[in-house]
Amino acid sequence: MAAISDVNPFVQPPKGDNDFARVTDNVSRIAEVNRPPRAWYIAFGISTSLLGLFGISVAYLFWEGIGIWGNMNPSYWGFPIVNFVFWVGIGHAGTLISAILYLMRQTWRTAINRFAEAMTIFAVICAAVFPGLHVGRPWLPYWMFPIPNQMQMWPQFRSPLEWDVFAVGTYATVSLLFWYMGMIPDLATFRDRSTSPLRRALYGAFAMGWRGSSRQWHRYERAYLLLAALATPLVLSVHSVVSFDFATSQMPGWHTTIFPPYFVAGAIFGGFAMVVTLAVPARQFFGLKRIITINHLELMSKIILATGMMVGYAYGMEFFIAWYSGSAYEGFALLNRAVGPFAWSYWAMIFCNVVTPQVFWFKSMRRNVWVIFFVGVLVNIGMWFERFVIIVTSGSRDFLPASWGYFIPTAWDFATLAGSFGLFFTLFLLFCRYLPMVAMAEVKAFVPAAHASGDHH
Amino acid sequence: MADKKKDSDQTEHAEGEAPLHGLLAEYDSTAALIAASKKVRDAGFEKWDTYTPFPVHGIDGAMGIKMTKLPWIVLGAAITGLTTAILMQWWMNAVDYKYIISGKPFWSIPASVPIYFELTVLFSAFAALGGMLALNNLPLPSHPLDLKERFAKVTDDKFFLMIQAADAKFDERETRALLEGTHPTVLDVVLEDRTSPSKLPTGLVYGLLIVATASLIPFAFIAKARFAKSEKTRVHVVGDMDWQLKFQAQQAHPFFADGRAERPEIPETVAVGHLREDDHLFRGKEQDTWARTFPTSIEPSADALERGKEKFGVYCAPCHGFAGDGDGPISVRAQELAEGTWVPPTNVHQDYLRQMPVGQLFDTVTHGIRNMAGYGQLIEPEDRWKIVMYLRALQRSRQTSVDDVPEAERGALK
Ligand code: HEC
Repeated sequence: MAAISDVNPFVQPPKGDNDFARVTDNVSRIAEVNRPPRAWYIAFGISTSLLGLFGISVAYLFWEGIGIWGNMNPSYWGFPIVNFVFWVGIGHAGTLISAILYLMRQTWRTAINRFAEAMTIFAVICAAVFPGLHVGRPWLPYWMFPIPNQMQMWPQFRSPLEWDVFAVGTYATVSLLFWYMGMIPDLATFRDRSTSPLRRALYGAFAMGWRGSSRQWHRYERAYLLLAALATPLVLSVHSVVSFDFATSQMPGWHTTIFPPYFVAGAIFGGFAMVVTLAVPARQFFGLKRIITINHLELMSKIILATGMMVGYAYGMEFFIAWYSGSAYEGFALLNRAVGPFAWSYWAMIFCNVVTPQVFWFKSMRRNVWVIFFVGVLVNIGMWFERFVIIVTSGSRDFLPASWGYFIPTAWDFATLAGSFGLFFTLFLLFCRYLPMVAMAEVKAFVPAAHASGDHH
Repeated sequence: MADKKKDSDQTEHAEGEAPLHGLLAEYDSTAALIAASKKVRDAGFEKWDTYTPFPVHGIDGAMGIKMTKLPWIVLGAAITGLTTAILMQWWMNAVDYKYIISGKPFWSIPASVPIYFELTVLFSAFAALGGMLALNNLPLPSHPLDLKERFAKVTDDKFFLMIQAADAKFDERETRALLEGTHPTVLDVVLEDRTSPSKLPTGLVYGLLIVATASLIPFAFIAKARFAKSEKTRVHVVGDMDWQLKFQAQQAHPFFADGRAERPEIPETVAVGHLREDDHLFRGKEQDTWARTFPTSIEPSADALERGKEKFGVYCAPCHGFAGDGDGPISVRAQELAEGTWVPPTNVHQDYLRQMPVGQLFDTVTHGIRNMAGYGQLIEPEDRWKIVMYLRALQRSRQTSVDDVPEAERGALK
């Protein structure tokens, strides 16, 4: 077998006699080469193994029941909800980049928005799995939706958990529409470059006959703007609604008005950390360094630093409010986080989320891909711990000391968590292999040649 | 090969071929395209278009494209989404299936706002994508331009302009001259598409029809199940979840002689700390009638009353009001909402309650009465007595005269 590195299309400069063609070539050939880079195979092998583990965990869960997890009185939410909130949080950066940065005319986003959006969708898929599993009766989650059921009952719309169903459902759907719509012109490029009839038929079907007509572009851009305007409040609302699950309850440590903004900041923080964690290897292995440049990574590092400090501020503010409220229970709940039985998770969170991003004060660190990658990974870990801290420490020390307990996850908890990463990365790697990883049409609109007309704007 | 040649080199429309669809000009840069567009626009053509790999800045004006009506479609969808959310929540929770949840109103706007927002956005997003596709006449499987090999570059790096032969102003020679004046890199004719089938293959159509019909079968079964009756027990998909390794009340248990899983209390035994044999203190009774005195361990004192007041404030005042008039905040709010589900708390200053033995009041606090729940689980017996003592003090406070005040302090009242 000839070594793949013999002819590595990803290190050769992109072909084409103008900038537009070079962008097309750079992005398209990722999906056109016969063999993706070796790293892709390794990553795909690991991911699909984890996906298999996920399948086994879920099958065993359905067979045996949620007793296989560590969720126990009084910590009923346990890992499934920690994972749910974690994944929903990850799913924020994509739509933030595509919608909010679009409205703010941050043109640099074009290099990264497509795969950040893809990441969003896959993260939301992982998130949506968990509440479904957590209800414990996998054949009954349809009760959450307003469809007639045999009990002649309807969902209870005054419950934040029901709001969640709508918030996450809408977010997933709108992100998918946004992602798909953005991809139509690029799928058309793939269609027009394809050499095999099968590829032509498949990409062609999804490109829906896009031929780049300006009259169509006009409506397309309007639709994109409208979707961006709709998605913007949506991004901010999803994690706010998720935080209502906590904030509208009576539990000390949850019942706080700071939760919605704090959750949203945390989600953007975690989401961007995931984007850089994926962007660094992706640009490395797929030869996208000319498109996703170090400048992009630096900008994202700045966002991570800023949102990380917002999150740090929220951690501090929680203590202040607990003290200022004079509520003995609030005070206890917060102290218990910092010095109680789960203090290790609290300090892990502080270290990962508040301390590590501080390296980004230095320009040299913001431009060092290794540092960026590791901070990204640590922040992801920290954000997972944040949800663990909120859910487990409050849950295991509620109002009734008689029901206090220590939460101990089981091997199945870890298997399901690891498995969800398998699901996420498998989907992501398939995306890298078969779909346009960078929004070519959008990038082209911003290369200097696009404005050669002596544009007066 | 011959085909190829015809495709890329032909610039004149020859007789005997497929009818002419239009004239296609190709440009290298956005500037050239915009300049050309302005000329074509000013020449008064209507059936023409430009094709570009990305949305070219300024082309809308150069082509005279009017603002699309898409935003209005989206606005319509937003209003529909909002209305749906309002009607759905109101009908489902306040009309068709009324949930009584912690005395909350069946229908309140703040609690339904999140779903208003979500459905508004959801409907609008579908309208934005769907409306864009519909207005753009997509999906469009084939187009005469697809026959031009070089047109594939439109999604890569080239810019095109085509004037359709169907335009009223179209004249092959004049239009050609006009386009030549815009200095295209290539000028080409586009013929009507006679090669691509105009219909989908019949096999595919029937296949899709069969799949579509088959996909309705599960729904048909569900619909049937909603009305049909069945003698069989339901299917247990996952046995371990339905039959768990635990016993519930009223289940059979092979181990015990009486075959019951639920164990009755063993006669003549009492759990540690549960003897509670003092009838007066724990049940408010003396020789089987309601006690008219407080148990000996509950001595009237300022401290005891203070304690009673505190507990009354916590447990009773929300409904009965701090003075016991039955006007606590919960009650006031419930009456404002006028849902018809609220039984007003009793005013404790009524005569029959003034006459009522303290033992019976104690029992009311312990076990509740009619619509009022019992608080025996939440409040210790001593505190329940102190609440009753405070209640008595409240009642007394409405039946006083100046004579009740010690002589020495009467002066202070004047
Ligand atoms: C959740 C509201 C609520 C709370 C709290 C509450 N009550 Fe009541 N109470 C009621 C209602 C309603 C009634 C009338 C019940 C009926 O007529 O069905 C009532 C009736 C009574 C009566 C009249 C009983 C009779 O014989 O007619 C007394 C005495 C009373 N409550 C005392 C108390 C005391 C003492 C407390 C505090 C421990 C208390 N209640 C707490 C709602 C409440």
